[in-house]
Amino acid sequence: MANTYTLIEAKTLTTTAASVTFTSIPQTYTDLLLKFSCRSTSTAGADIYANLKIQFNSDTGNNYTGQLVFGLGSGSGGAGTYTSQAGNLFSYANGNVTTASTFSSGELYIPNYTSNNQKSSSVDCVVENNATSGFVEVAAERWSGTSAITTIDLVSIYGSHTADSTFYLYGIKNS
Amino acid sequence: MAAGATYEPIGTTTLGSATGTVTFSSISQSYTDLILISSIKSNNANTSSLLFELNGVNSGSLYSGTMIYGSGSAKGSNRTSSLNYGLILRNGGLSANTAITQPFITHFMNYSNTTNFKTVISRNNVDDVVAGIDVCLWRSTAAITSIRIFAQTNDFAIGSTFTLYGIAAA
Repeated sequence: MANTYTLIEAKTLTTTAASVTFTSIPQTYTDLLLKFSCRSTSTAGADIYANLKIQFNSDTGNNYTGQLVFGLGSGSGGAGTYTSQAGNLFSYANGNVTTASTFSSGELYIPNYTSNNQKSSSVDCVVENNATSGFVEVAAERWSGTSAITTIDLVSIYGSHTADSTFYLYGIKNS
Repeated sequence: MAAGATYEPIGTTTLGSATGTVTFSSISQSYTDLILISSIKSNNANTSSLLFELNGVNSGSLYSGTMIYGSGSAKGSNRTSSLNYGLILRNGGLSANTAITQPFITHFMNYSNTTNFKTVISRNNVDDVVAGIDVCLWRSTAAITSIRIFAQTNDFAIGSTFTLYGIAAA
């Protein structure tokens, strides 16, 4: 029986870290799925969330674009787009102003990560909070690089990832 | 199926020539849910909606759907009913940009159930046009045995990939 949904690597932080990196990603799968549960040390403003920046193959150039829609628990929510950024931006961690011991949940799906096409991906993410606001978003993202993805960096833009944040990278095979 | 085996590939297609339709037929009834991963490149500079039909049913107005979306700074929701096809992406959301690949993750819940109508949930990712979720109801109690995915006004380009996975609850 084919083993098609395989854990490549799990990372659980035991102390704060500004970034988390998966390196030497095997090229033997069809798609990648990254599941994350994380919290940030950030207390910036009143934001309940802190952005994560995702970079592929250590590319810090302005080669990332995306589109998203989100809701905050009241009002009509919002939408946004970005171009020519130095990382895919629409993954989120609970900020340190949210309910203690609460971590965001999210996943990043990257089809055909070994192809020579630009890499498009899908992000779903929630930040829950025992207060007035919560946050839920879906996003479409693209890295214009055409190399196979061998490295993924998850950088905390504000503050650092806290201890007990977890990141799981899976490989999915179509045969 | 061996115990513990799940998320199994049922079928995969990588296009060797442009086409506007891809079909998975004789789908095994051994799983609980299905997930279709589509990675689509447009073949020409036309926008298109992305549609599906189940078991070859394209009459009777049995499909309806609701979506939320973000497109640039615009956001909103849409709803359509009494259709003869299901919607994965509506309003011409497929990009006309032939250089990009557009991933769609489509869930067919309890597809082998013969008691309930079928719900389909699709995550849409067209990073230069739209991000959103489209939910579709097919008002049929028949088990899903075939899925046809097709573009309304465009072709899928060479290299587009479609993989159907079976998810077993036990």
